Amino acid sequence: MQSMSSQPQLGKGFDEPVLASQRCFRQILAAMSEPGSVHRLGEDVESPTGVSAAAMLVLLTLVDHETPVWLAPRFASAATYLRFHCGAPVLEAPSAATFALVDGASVDLDLGAFNPGDDRYPDRSATLVVGCAAFEGGRDVSLSGPGIRGDITVSPAGLDAAFWQKVAANNARYPLGVDLILAAGNEIMCIPRSTRIARAAEAC
Amino acid sequence: MQKTVTPSGSPRDEAYNFAYLDEATKRMVRRALLKAVAVPGYQVPFGSREMPLARGWGTGGIQVTAAVIGPEDTLKVIDQGADDTTNAVSIRRFFARVAGVATTEATAEASIIQTRHRIPEAPLEAGQILVYQVPQPEPLRKLESSEAETRKMHAWGDYGPMYVRLYEDIARFGHVATTYSYPVLVNGRYVMSPSPIPKFDNPKMHMSAALQLFGAGREKRIYAIPPWTEVKSLDFEDHPFEVQKWDEPCALCGAPDSYLDEVITDDQGGRMFVCSDTHYCEGRRDAGHRGRLLGTDAGRALARDGE
Repeated sequence: MQSMSSQPQLGKGFDEPVLASQRCFRQILAAMSEPGSVHRLGEDVESPTGVSAAAMLVLLTLVDHETPVWLAPRFASAATYLRFHCGAPVLEAPSAATFALVDGASVDLDLGAFNPGDDRYPDRSATLVVGCAAFEGGRDVSLSGPGIRGDITVSPAGLDAAFWQKVAANNARYPLGVDLILAAGNEIMCIPRSTRIARAAEAC
Repeated sequence: MQKTVTPSGSPRDEAYNFAYLDEATKRMVRRALLKAVAVPGYQVPFGSREMPLARGWGTGGIQVTAAVIGPEDTLKVIDQGADDTTNAVSIRRFFARVAGVATTEATAEASIIQTRHRIPEAPLEAGQILVYQVPQPEPLRKLESSEAETRKMHAWGDYGPMYVRLYEDIARFGHVATTYSYPVLVNGRYVMSPSPIPKFDNPKMHMSAALQLFGAGREKRIYAIPPWTEVKSLDFEDHPFEVQKWDEPCALCGAPDSYLDEVITDDQGGRMFVCSDTHYCEGRRDAGHRGRLLGTDAGRALARDGE
């Protein structure tokens, strides 16, 4: 007989779901409104091994039974957690996912594999939570566009060398394309498709 | 001085979920809001709910506010610029009851401002959220009644008919005769209805420091303008966009730069022009500015501070 202790531990979700998800959402909304700015999600959560608290909090806030999720192989351990806390279907293939948890350090990251929306309904595109190492210490990238006064230089660390080229290619399809929420520790930074990426070529 | 923040007084009504909406609805609205912010000016369809007031009374704005608001927020609600009209008072009381939030009439003290048909005169600041109640979100609807067709027009940037409409005004009247709901181009891509704000307010949307969210409850659409986003009122090189001007300043506070309402004062043709933004007007009067009719019977009938 299998003992209880061999079962994977299922960490806790929000302590107070109503107010905690509101606080998280306001930070995500502010981050999406001001691309490149770093926002802290302060809720206490026991995320699955290898998944940052911020990434899990974003999914807890936005995902439910209406939003199929795709998990990169590195984060496959989050499937049980998402099914239990969010009731979200976890998909085998990325193309039908509304949300995805992906690894920014992976050379295999393919933004083109996700739904970019269609020209009449660009809102149907996927939102990607991108795991990275930190929001300082990486190579400088200059961002401009809606939500940014002039331009802003950001330097997230722990991203694949080709990451910003992929983002620039995604954002060149505007108004189609996926929207990115970078997550590290308990902080997030958003790169919506409306953001223009400069110096991506030198940075990579 | 000004009325400042009013604590909600009583704790929120526990019979309702916080901010009235259930959590699944809030998540749906929140997802729509994020997509709206990511594609400025594009109308995101959403599952608009029945609210405890009729559609047309701000249900879209209320659902957006309910999805965004938290207990720490301070809410201001205006209707045509006024804090003391039925719609504004009702919505403020609704959120004081279901969310227990503090309310205010002071623009600078509000973290969320829900508005019907005006943008406050005082410049908005970074971190503030302006929520518009929108009756008709589709700027092309009067030109094309089919939603399938207007979707295609937005998809392909086919805005020629809108320019023809503006041109026809110029051919007939010598100028663009549209004075409210004046269409704007957002981030160089989507033509958007600014909701029925006077075109006087259009320039305030351009490069605003505040986040602007739009909710149309009956039409089931949400759209947004992030801070620091280009918002251009449609015009022609030889007929540049212009806002309304008045020959006289506000009769109560003397403001030369605010949007004025015409008020009929008697049956002899008497009339006065007063600020539409009641809080702005009160603030100026408190600071010692005096208009032509302040202290007269006509002025007393309008000014709440009873001069």
